Amino acid sequence: MGWFKRLKDGIITSTKDKKEAPDGLWYKCGRCKEASTMKEVRENFHKCPHCNYHIRIGSHDYFDLIFDGKYEEIIDDLLAEDFLEFTDLKSYKERLEAAKKKTELDDSMSVAVGKVNKQPLVIAAMDFSFIGGSMGSVMGEKISLAIDYCLETHTPFMIISKSGGARMMESAYSLMQMAKTSAKLTLLAQAQIPYFSFLTDPTTGGVTASFAMLGDVNFAEPEALIGFAGPRVIKETIKKDLPEGFQRSEFLLDHGFLDFIVDRKDLKTRISDMLSFFPVAAAT
Amino acid sequence: MVFLEFEKPLENLYQQLDKIKQVGEAGDIDVSDKIGELEKKIKQTRKDIYSNLTGWQKVQLSRHPERPYTMYYINQMCKKFVELHGDRYFKDDKAIVGGLANIDGINVVIMGHQKGVNTKMRQYRNFGMANPEGYRKALRLMKLAERFNLPVVTLIDTPGAYPGIEAEERGQAEAIARNLFEMAQLKVPILCYVIGEGASGGAIGLGLGDRVYMLENTWYSVISPESCSSILWRSWDYKEQAAEALKLTPDHMSEFGIIDGIVKEPLGGAHSLPDEMAKLLKRHLKKELSELMELSPEDRIKARINKYSTMGVYSRKKTTTEEKV
Repeated sequence: MGWFKRLKDGIITSTKDKKEAPDGLWYKCGRCKEASTMKEVRENFHKCPHCNYHIRIGSHDYFDLIFDGKYEEIIDDLLAEDFLEFTDLKSYKERLEAAKKKTELDDSMSVAVGKVNKQPLVIAAMDFSFIGGSMGSVMGEKISLAIDYCLETHTPFMIISKSGGARMMESAYSLMQMAKTSAKLTLLAQAQIPYFSFLTDPTTGGVTASFAMLGDVNFAEPEALIGFAGPRVIKETIKKDLPEGFQRSEFLLDHGFLDFIVDRKDLKTRISDMLSFFPVAAAT
Repeated sequence: MVFLEFEKPLENLYQQLDKIKQVGEAGDIDVSDKIGELEKKIKQTRKDIYSNLTGWQKVQLSRHPERPYTMYYINQMCKKFVELHGDRYFKDDKAIVGGLANIDGINVVIMGHQKGVNTKMRQYRNFGMANPEGYRKALRLMKLAERFNLPVVTLIDTPGAYPGIEAEERGQAEAIARNLFEMAQLKVPILCYVIGEGASGGAIGLGLGDRVYMLENTWYSVISPESCSSILWRSWDYKEQAAEALKLTPDHMSEFGIIDGIVKEPLGGAHSLPDEMAKLLKRHLKKELSELMELSPEDRIKARINKYSTMGVYSRKKTTTEEKV
């Protein structure tokens, strides 16, 4: 073994000796630990230029990536309420306030209508940064109203999932959003309007166990965590280590629950291609 | 008899009663007065305890080891029952049972989560935690019901859908999602009862219906109080607080309009008089079924989808500011 071989992995520089770089200029990949400039990352579809890691991005980043230039946000006036007065270590009200302040969003889902290579599409996309992208009454109602909009205007529908599941602080109400969204999707199917489910890292719990698995086409980003139960819960239940790659997109594709995996750079083309196969009769 | 912690006063009284009965049997002292007095006291104590149950106590009652499970109700309520097995894709899940049943002349397809009655059976039934094939079996039975115009009855009693490696491989999430999608548009009536534990996706996978009722000492929530405590409090010790915070009792659910009503249990809970409970459930079920069967499939489906579409509480941002006077 050469004297120069690196013996320790990871960061060994103590925090006080750390050299500070201005925020927003550099991005250090959480996976390959390589640094890139933010500009490089943005130009690379928010992926690590070194290892192609798909960085978690928000609803509006996806709108920018997919739509032809401008898009219109719709159904943007719904606000969550702490109607159960749910308090754990913090009250739900406080959590909502903190999340709003941190993200400058009203809740974990935004809906927009725009065009993808000139073909109209409604996208409902989640923000993981807002209480883990959790599904409460607001998300359920936004999906429900977005479906109504698609039914009225005969527009194809897509949901971009990125969520830890149902929002515990709304208890049974959030559970019922699974029934609500699934029930509403039957109306889209009857009207022969396509619904695409795009699953990104992570998609778990009640979101996976309802609309995210119900797409006419289900597809995902590479290596996204997708599952019903979270890996920690499974590990605690079976008291065994989980196999490599378990609950990742590639695992789901292999087991038959996804139609394909798409690199973010090809996302727009792929959606556009799919839309061309599902012509929707114009609204009368 | 098994007494729960909050039933301790009752246990003491029962022990006293046993002692006095022994004395009465052994000698020639007349103890009938004393026995009558104690029985009265037991009744009153039971009433006191059961009229003021907390969320956590309801959770404990829903898991009472002597509580009747799905097969008990089926055997008590149905003159005829033919159990049907298997999902036709993978295997027969023992945590969900179902089949063709006749309830006082009405043919139905009935199904539900099944827990085991002893240690061996609990393992056999996987503690009422179904795998994807359980939900797929349930859906197969529902489709059978639809084809032959038979109403569907589901009995819900699960601590959750099973979180295991194989369950994920076979698509636990897809199986539950598919059931929700298909149940929303099933042409025949769907009548659901939470008879024990109504935990999360595992429960709603059999729980989307025209009408949903809960027995008095049950719970229904997005997560079990234990898991909620472990996630939000980062400790298993706050299950009682979590049970309160989740507002998971039948009273809450009914008040929220998430369920259509509550089926009363005999005093002391379903396990104290199981045959009586089965009679109460059967009476309720028959009445509901006859009402639901009067509607046309189109009206039923429309009403069903509308019911779920209105579930949720939120407010709207004010776009115009009204001037205050």
